[in-house]
Amino acid sequence: MIGYILKRLGLALLVALAVSAITFFLLRLSGDVALAIAGEGAQKEDLDLIRKTYGLDRPLVVQYVDWLWQTLQGDFGTSLYFKTDVSRLVLDKLPTTIILGFTALGFALLIAIPLGVLAAVYANSWIDRLALAIAVVGQALPNFFFALILVMVFSITLRWLPVSGSGTWLHFIMPTIALGYYVAPAFMRLIRAGMIEVLSADYIRTARAKGLPTHKVIFKHALRNAVVPVVALTAVQLGFLLGGSVVIETIFALDGLGYLAYQSITYKDFPVMQVIVLLLSILYVLLTLASDIANAWLDPRIRVA
Amino acid sequence: MTDTILSVPTVAEATPGMRLARRFLGQKAFVIGAGILTVIIGLALLAPLIAPHDPYAQNLALRNIPPVWYAKGSWLHPLGTDQLGRDYLSRVLYGARISLLIGVSVVLISGIIGTTLGLMAGYFGGKIDLLVTFLVTTRLSMPVILVALAVVAMVGGSLWIVILVLGLLKWDRFAVVMRSATQQVRSLDYVAAAEAAGASTTRIILREVLPNIAPHLIVVATLEAASAILLEAALSFLGLGVQPPLPSWGLMISEAKAYMFFSFWLIAIPGTALALLIFAINLAGDGLRDVISPEGRV
Amino acid sequence: MSETILDVDGLSVDIATPRGALHAVRDISFSVKRGETLCLVGESGCGKSMTSLAIMDLLPKAATRTARRLTFADEDLGKASRKRVNALRGDRMAMIFQEPMTALNPAYTIGNQLVEAYRQHRNASEAEAREQAVHLLDKVGIASAAQRLGQYPHQLSGGLRQRVMIAMALMCGPDLLIADEPTTALDVTIQAQILRLLADLQRELGIAMVLITHDLGIVARIADRVAVMYAGQIVEEGPTASLFANPRHPYTQGLIDCIPVPGRTVPGGRLGTIPGVVPSLVGEIRGCSFRDRCSHARDICAATVPLKETADGHQWRCILENAV
Repeated sequence: MIGYILKRLGLALLVALAVSAITFFLLRLSGDVALAIAGEGAQKEDLDLIRKTYGLDRPLVVQYVDWLWQTLQGDFGTSLYFKTDVSRLVLDKLPTTIILGFTALGFALLIAIPLGVLAAVYANSWIDRLALAIAVVGQALPNFFFALILVMVFSITLRWLPVSGSGTWLHFIMPTIALGYYVAPAFMRLIRAGMIEVLSADYIRTARAKGLPTHKVIFKHALRNAVVPVVALTAVQLGFLLGGSVVIETIFALDGLGYLAYQSITYKDFPVMQVIVLLLSILYVLLTLASDIANAWLDPRIRVA
Repeated sequence: MTDTILSVPTVAEATPGMRLARRFLGQKAFVIGAGILTVIIGLALLAPLIAPHDPYAQNLALRNIPPVWYAKGSWLHPLGTDQLGRDYLSRVLYGARISLLIGVSVVLISGIIGTTLGLMAGYFGGKIDLLVTFLVTTRLSMPVILVALAVVAMVGGSLWIVILVLGLLKWDRFAVVMRSATQQVRSLDYVAAAEAAGASTTRIILREVLPNIAPHLIVVATLEAASAILLEAALSFLGLGVQPPLPSWGLMISEAKAYMFFSFWLIAIPGTALALLIFAINLAGDGLRDVISPEGRV
Repeated sequence: MSETILDVDGLSVDIATPRGALHAVRDISFSVKRGETLCLVGESGCGKSMTSLAIMDLLPKAATRTARRLTFADEDLGKASRKRVNALRGDRMAMIFQEPMTALNPAYTIGNQLVEAYRQHRNASEAEAREQAVHLLDKVGIASAAQRLGQYPHQLSGGLRQRVMIAMALMCGPDLLIADEPTTALDVTIQAQILRLLADLQRELGIAMVLITHDLGIVARIADRVAVMYAGQIVEEGPTASLFANPRHPYTQGLIDCIPVPGRTVPGGRLGTIPGVVPSLVGEIRGCSFRDRCSHARDICAATVPLKETADGHQWRCILENAV
């Protein structure tokens, strides 16, 4: 197990390296940093001066190695737009996005688990069809459109929630729902399919033969086994949520990493973009690793080998 | 006499194609999804013929006219006009063309990349497999929307840039599915037989492997097309995708955002169109999957 | 308190299929006294398992149970609430299944699964329940029982798992134990051990047992009474000695001929076989269901078959006099 984890961490490192290189070259080849610093319409002499000062006239590979070396030493550079430390900036915004990620995930599971279980237990009943309808709509509805519908209903019509901004927990409600509903269908389908399979297992009959009450049969014996693949999906979906947070945080002007990413992109703030993409990649790889470990831990056949 | 004898087996036996068709038609979800999709494709193709107005023609005197079901609506502009006085129905119809074009082109690009990589990994195994797996992991770890936004912001947004960027980013699922499917087909007896008979690698891949996995490919392509359409809409919504005045549904929603308090229908109409298209593709895709691979490999 | 623990009268199980209702069990009646072992024998698909699942109310969703009378310890199971059935199951009546490999939940330790029923029905503490579990694991012949509690099913062999299943069924000291082909999935050497264990425990604890099997060799050794099932019906039932010495139904005779007897069966010689296949269980069967495969069949066998009985409680359904 330890060997496996070390191997995966090594892979994570390689992936992070590859991602950093890809983003660096992709961004540098598609945009001009000097122009971003000087602003549109700058004179050629000024641009040349900037290139010289910042070392942008060196070959890209050299610049990349230089950047990598500084990053490894913990120096993530300075934001071109916000004029502050990138690490400071990112660390300030990260908690908001992490909170949003987990509340959205919680919301998704909160609707997906009960509906998925009920849909499986009462397969082909009206509740199964209702769950299916909720899932199908959730998959088809673009999340930004759904977010705007929420704003229309809860902020403009009912005036219950603030339209945008951050600061209070009220600001998190609509982003949580918009982002959570976006990932809930996948969970719901997986739980329903898993439960249907598990409910016909022999050990469920054994549990019923023991005279256990229905809720114990379903939640202790069935759900425990049906939930294993859900853990693997959770990591993938958290990655999805991090990506989705760019759109949702921007709509609600929620001051997290996603909104920062959007701002840095519109202001062509290279150092910030680079670090955010790298950070999200590392988070994703670590999440999949965590889910693999959780998966192994959940399955005694792997854990107790 | 001969006629009656000959006609008996044709009545009793259905061709494989007919049986497959029957299985498809038995899938209510597939029929509904494919039906809606066909209508949308038809409307998109016929847009120049059926659109009541030029989708780009502005008329500042006729701005924000509500759709016909509102009291102030008129049949002249059944879905109203936007903030620049452009006919909304015409824009929505032309918007379907953009979404469909995005879906098809992105899937073509990403499908070719992903299929090639997955085929190679699954067929050759070993180091090539390791390399492709690493590429897939790396690609999966990069959030598509973020990278796409960044590149479009740098290079400048246009329909073709968006297609190219999404096509170059969204090949992962093709690669994963093709890899495992190829591995499975490879282990089948007749492929080993073809190999033993001295058939060339290219020939085996093209003649034996590809036709076997084509059905799975179609399912992935359907679902990926839906995802690409949603991504384009999101990019355009954030102002970093297709540029005005093109009638992309995502862009239309973005442009209408400022008017949402008074004219929510400006958002609701392209939003619903988008949701309906995705709904139809997903439904058809799920139906396809149930018919093609009931074991749920995709 | 009556002598009879389980009384089944006119039990039928119908399974809905696309081709129509499949009558898996057709109007069967039998009873089991306290401390008695009844063996239900027959080929696969004859309705043995469905009968046991029907008694335990564990039938799959598509199956429905009907009975004129179905009582357990004088309590009408047909009218019992879901809650009442749950209170009886695992406490007064317990069941052992065919597949020990899949009948245990892979996600929980055997200790966890053993104590469940005891805690549920006895309101016992975890410690008391574990004590009982150790006691029973010991009883079913599992060494170092206390350590076994922390193990997962995948760490045990098939034979051990079936012992665990038996211990699990006996946790609350049931009055009735239903064992549905408990040894079919096991190695031949293990089969004998498990059966001996079951027979010993049954005698020692004085439990009534319904043992379902297709192996008549086992039946001869441990059953008090035998019921032979064919195509969803009980075609013959009686005290073991009487039934083996004097089978009245041609099907029973056929089954007995299939048992190899040491000393009498010529090595390499042919055992008896019953030609033909079981009739479809969809729809009604008129007359004797066995007549298509019976070497004694006459035209008269298509008529309604009467139930015949001798003084010692030996019953059979064959219209012919002395067919065997």
